[in-house]
Amino acid sequence: MEQVLEFASVCKSFPGVQALSDISMQVCRGEVRGLIGENGAGKSTLLKVLSGAYQPTSGRITIAGKEREILSTRDGLEAGIAVIYQELYLVPEMTVAENLLLGHMPTRRSGLIDVQKMYDTAKAQLTYILEDIDPNTKIKELPIAQRQMIEIAKALLHNASIIAFDEPTSSLSDKETQRLFKIIAALRDEGKAIIYVSHRMEELFEVCDSVTVFRDGKTIETFREMAAVTPDMLVQRMVGRDIKDIYHYYARPIGEEVLKLEGFTGPGVPTPVSFSAKRGEILGFFGLVGAGRTELMKLLFGAEKKHTGRIHLNGKEVVINAPMDAIELGIAFLPEDRKNEGIIPIRSVEENINLSARRKHVKGKFFLDVRWEAQNALEFIKKLSIKTPSKDQLIMNLSGGNQQKVILARWLSEKTSIIVMDEPTRGIDVGTKNEIYSLMYKLTEEGKTILCVSSELPEIMGISDRVAVMRDGCIVDILQRDQLDKERILTLALPDRHKSTIHNSNERGE
Amino acid sequence: MKGVNKTMINVGALTAKSKRLWDTSSMFIIFIILFIMLSLFVPYFLTVRNMIGLGLSVSMVGMVACTMLFCLASGDFDLSVENIVAFSGVTAAAVINSTGNVTLGIIIGMIAGGMIGLFNGLIIAKAGINALITTLAMSQIVRGLAFIVSGGQAQSIGNAGFFGLGNGLFLGVPNPIWITAICFVIFTVLIKSTTYGKNTLAIGGNQEAARLAGIHVDRIKIIIFTMQGFMAGFAGVVLASRMTSGQPNTSQGFSLDVISACVLGGVSLSGGVAPIMGAIVGVLIMGTVQNAMNLMNIPTFYQYIVRGAILLMAVMIDQFKQSNKKA
Ligand SMILES: Nc1ncnc2c1ncn2[C@@H]1O[C@H](COP(=O)(O)OP(=O)(O)OP(=O)(O)O)[C@@H](O)[C@H]1O
Ligand SMILES: [Mg+2]
Repeated sequence: MEQVLEFASVCKSFPGVQALSDISMQVCRGEVRGLIGENGAGKSTLLKVLSGAYQPTSGRITIAGKEREILSTRDGLEAGIAVIYQELYLVPEMTVAENLLLGHMPTRRSGLIDVQKMYDTAKAQLTYILEDIDPNTKIKELPIAQRQMIEIAKALLHNASIIAFDEPTSSLSDKETQRLFKIIAALRDEGKAIIYVSHRMEELFEVCDSVTVFRDGKTIETFREMAAVTPDMLVQRMVGRDIKDIYHYYARPIGEEVLKLEGFTGPGVPTPVSFSAKRGEILGFFGLVGAGRTELMKLLFGAEKKHTGRIHLNGKEVVINAPMDAIELGIAFLPEDRKNEGIIPIRSVEENINLSARRKHVKGKFFLDVRWEAQNALEFIKKLSIKTPSKDQLIMNLSGGNQQKVILARWLSEKTSIIVMDEPTRGIDVGTKNEIYSLMYKLTEEGKTILCVSSELPEIMGISDRVAVMRDGCIVDILQRDQLDKERILTLALPDRHKSTIHNSNERGE
Repeated sequence: MKGVNKTMINVGALTAKSKRLWDTSSMFIIFIILFIMLSLFVPYFLTVRNMIGLGLSVSMVGMVACTMLFCLASGDFDLSVENIVAFSGVTAAAVINSTGNVTLGIIIGMIAGGMIGLFNGLIIAKAGINALITTLAMSQIVRGLAFIVSGGQAQSIGNAGFFGLGNGLFLGVPNPIWITAICFVIFTVLIKSTTYGKNTLAIGGNQEAARLAGIHVDRIKIIIFTMQGFMAGFAGVVLASRMTSGQPNTSQGFSLDVISACVLGGVSLSGGVAPIMGAIVGVLIMGTVQNAMNLMNIPTFYQYIVRGAILLMAVMIDQFKQSNKKA
């Protein structure tokens, strides 16, 4: 196969951090190369070096046989490189069409934007990624999964020959993921070179032809044949130790009912929803994108105004009108959208961890307890192995997975009895996932209740004591652990009208 | 290979250190150089009398900069402070002239300012109206109120007991300078070591994340603007005392002086950071330049241009630092 991309000893350092210390690898035409490595191993940094967003401190990049210096993202585009970043970069107030063609809008001879052409191009591109959205919809009106698909459509618009995906499925549900895989397969058949970063092992085995393992900014090993590797081998290379069963579920004592929701309706939850959760239980919530899981959790937490609904906590009715009400009652909420709802980008790791819990650790109602602040931050940096040069590093300089850990630490610092986690392990590496699950079991053993929303079916099936399956804003069924079955859950989650469209798109893709 | 990497890290750390030093104290260094130059080349600059005059002139901006810092840190603006200064000045004057009670005048003057601030805060937090627009509208209303209260004319104050506040000395230094210094100490503690300060910064950094973390965003915004109003009201009273009268058309352009002083000191206009030491230096630079221009007899018209240029420079420095951080 013809080699189109080569990194030779590429290094990149930031003040106080050596993000890449020796990256060497080659990718060929028509190859899908997987990248895997712990949080902070340098995967995203490498893609940013490739796209021209960062300049390498040393090393060479060769594209199609020519050594190139990519000094800006413009250079990157010209060299035929498209990168879909881990974080979304869309303008929420602009329409889908405007976002897709941002910086490349078609104009008429008069210099005005050719609205019709823009609309048509956008429509064609949306059809290409099998997304049925009106190009005139504003980005802010779309759920996060569709935004991610728009981001992909945008990157594919320029007919690049090298395409890199940085954890594209972290905010997609199974349905979109399958669609994305078809797109990737089509791109491979067109002879593009593709780089695919993901923490989800199954995905790598599904789409990749070869895989490179990263550790501490170095390429540890490249496996040219997926047939020659096993997930266990990859994990071993990645974290340097064996992980037998990542979920390692075990039965724990489950107590009385502590939380009961009755007749909840609100934005995204049109028909009344009721459910209850027990002490010491992990109650999983599964559903496709748009099934209303996040919306339901936000109503529970008071982040959105509910129209109707009553909450009982430990048998007593309580009122929750705003997040602080919920927090005061001992309910924590880990939001799904890390960038917009989680991190305070320009503040330090320490401040981000202590943001909520510090009010319980003040002196004289008002003054910071500096000792506690430092201690708590350091404790969680260690406990969750957050990779950061110091607790004073700005959180925006951390890798995506490490930012997620910081937000998780924020909620674990709280003394809560009920923890709502919306996609808690999004973007987190296998080793740490394993530790987070242990932590979740331990928390429930201490008598806490966890409501866990996830789009990853294996995860939901792996850790939940019960699973609530949602569809179109309703809970269609709640399954006991011994009733859990992949087919059954998926059938429940799939709305009837979608069953036929999936079928159609299958045919179209083949 | 390993050795090369090591030295690279060291160099990285070193430049990082000097960069941080420049980041945090660039303005302080500029101020020191400016001060030395002016002392050498501008006659009468480095005299006790001028230094006291300089201190007095920066004291007004300094006081209000303390609360403006919080406002900017939370990602908002307040353009109404200049009008609150005028309004509370004439209100204090009116109260003192009609009751003869100095303390009452001072208190009512401050409360008048505080009420305007509270009103700003309520509109911004509860109705969710943009702070820029709210305070812009409010500044018109308040200026109007100042003219109404004063009947459109300067209200000279008869009670000499009031003048001590702005003109009195303590240990040879005028009271307003002391007051400003105390304000800076109090607000340094507030921003650095209280939950109030941290929560303000969190709101400026990412309001939605702060809300979901259980921070009372509305309440804090209301407090920020109310404090701002009180402080501007207090500054207005001090100014009235210094001028021995309440003047309805005083302090035009003062709001932007305060904001530019803060930005000059490294306060980001997009919120989330508030280096209070920087704000102090910013206030000093602005005041010193103004003072030197007066000493050099530069006509007022040109002073406006210089003030505008400094504001522009301040924003550009902010921008430059931001883009540097991203790279
Ligand atoms: N702009 C920056 N400034 C300082 N350090 C940075 C910056 N960007 C990345 N880093 C650091 O470089 C290292 C590699 O980060 P990178 O984002 O490439 O990791 P990653 O492999 O993509 O991890 P994840 O799986 O969590 O996304 C991390 O330690 C991170 O903290
Ligand atoms: Mg990454």
